[in-house]
Amino acid sequence: MHRRFRAGIPALLFALPVLGIFLLFSWGPIVKGLVMSLQKTNLVDPVQWVGLDNFHYVLTDPALGQAVGNTLWFTFLALLFGFPLPILLAAFMAELRGRSWAYTVLAYLPVITPPVVAILLWRFFFDPSATGLFNTVLGAVGIGPQPWLNSPGTAIPSIVLEATWAGAGNAVIIYLAALTSVRADLYEAAELDGAGVLRRVWHVMLPHLRGVILIMLLLQVIGTMQLFTEPLLFTGGGPQGSTTTVLLLIYNYAFVNGDYGAATALSVLLAVALAVLSAFFNLATRRWSME
Amino acid sequence: MTDIERGVLSDADRRQFHVRLPFGIAKILVFIGLLIAGLGPMLWLLKAAISPTQDSIREPLALFPSGEVQWGNLATAWQQGHIGFYLGNTAIIAAGSAITSLVVCTSAGYVLSVLRPKWGPVLSAAILATLFVPSIVSLVPLYLTVLKLPVVHTNITNTFWAVWLPPAASAFHVLIVKRFFDGIPREYFEAARIDGAGPLRVFTSVVLPLSRPILGVVALLTIIGSWKDYLWPLLVLTNPDLQPVSVALPKIARVTELNIQMAGLFLALIIPVLLFLVFQRAFLRGVGMSGGIKA
Repeated sequence: MHRRFRAGIPALLFALPVLGIFLLFSWGPIVKGLVMSLQKTNLVDPVQWVGLDNFHYVLTDPALGQAVGNTLWFTFLALLFGFPLPILLAAFMAELRGRSWAYTVLAYLPVITPPVVAILLWRFFFDPSATGLFNTVLGAVGIGPQPWLNSPGTAIPSIVLEATWAGAGNAVIIYLAALTSVRADLYEAAELDGAGVLRRVWHVMLPHLRGVILIMLLLQVIGTMQLFTEPLLFTGGGPQGSTTTVLLLIYNYAFVNGDYGAATALSVLLAVALAVLSAFFNLATRRWSME
Repeated sequence: MTDIERGVLSDADRRQFHVRLPFGIAKILVFIGLLIAGLGPMLWLLKAAISPTQDSIREPLALFPSGEVQWGNLATAWQQGHIGFYLGNTAIIAAGSAITSLVVCTSAGYVLSVLRPKWGPVLSAAILATLFVPSIVSLVPLYLTVLKLPVVHTNITNTFWAVWLPPAASAFHVLIVKRFFDGIPREYFEAARIDGAGPLRVFTSVVLPLSRPILGVVALLTIIGSWKDYLWPLLVLTNPDLQPVSVALPKIARVTELNIQMAGLFLALIIPVLLFLVFQRAFLRGVGMSGGIKA
């Protein structure tokens, strides 16, 4: 048994920074957010308790339906295109056996790119005229110019394209790290039993990655449901509200309309939705792993 | 980065023609794909930064179609676009955030891993719990907090403190530092204490020197995080003299000609890229570690 320092004053002194910072900037704001969703504040008049009025206002706002729809559509597309790609890339790069340095660095460069730089650059790539960069590329393979960010139908898919590019590298590194811990003798045993390459992937590699894949799935959904910077800087929520996400709506409530009550009420609703989703997800995957 | 004894493919597989050929082709194709996706935008940006505006607009994929190379754009963006000045702000913000983060997570890690007071598990749980609360819940109240700090009633918006302090409340960083401290053999602390070292001395002379790798990871993650941040500095730093480059670029983009704009973007991009190339081992280790903790 290791003796401890006599805890007490020294421990308390060392805990001061973390206590102060978390009270002010983490625990405090979380509690305050819950409280504010039940209040009316505009920073000038005295605070009023308004019960569930903010929630009522937010839930009956005609813009909410479209924002939720846009956010879900974005989340769905990002999962469809953005989720399998890093798994495939990492599985491939793991086969390069430590000679994957150049691949790793290249895959990670978009992650290093500051989002604002990437968005301003891609906004130019998305130029809808026939001489736009992406349209030039499409033209070379015989596809006509696309409107990209300028049309309600293609704006969200365009943003998904950029977001996938920006996020894939991070996931690749995480999957690669998980793949390094697959024990070589498992593959050898499978091979001796006559399992071909595809069956080794299916029966050894994927089961090993399952935990990481499930967590990444949940984290990606939570992340994409909080999409903000891209729609703000790419389109400002347009055209015709087609890229207004829930988070952009929160931002508009708070920092455009100055309605902090509505903003926190919608934040709380989104957080609850995410919490329910995580709980449901946990339950489903636990049942699945027990089978 | 990674050393794998063997993966799905065994040595015997690799010698077979029907494996080696497609694998070899895939290697080349994936590499070209990554080259286009990873390096392509950056190289194009460099080209656009030193091209006349009309070249980039009319023939974005041609190399200097008008034959004119404008190296001066970079200097113009640096001086007249004040990119250099805004990059300086970004650097100040990033360095300050790294310092506050390090202070908070090392002292917290020390309390939770080494000093272990009776209330340690409560503190640990309270910090961990914040990992499960989406950051969106606290965005608006956090903004109101920096507008008027509790107790002292000071407004810290438009001071660097508004961007230095809040990121330090990172449960993830506290957690990885605590885990690292947990791995230091307890005998070291014991020996130091027998030699008469107090808690502060053990912290500065034993724990910190042994933790350089993890401190580097935390510093890098914080610096990159604050380099990439846009929304928070946009909200709390409304004074242009304090704004980082990420907040300044969209404003510059609205009023500047395309070639100067692209030169500005390139300058804002090249520094984190160089930082990454120099410290890529620590970077990738940090990211891999975050995966390990999430899993």
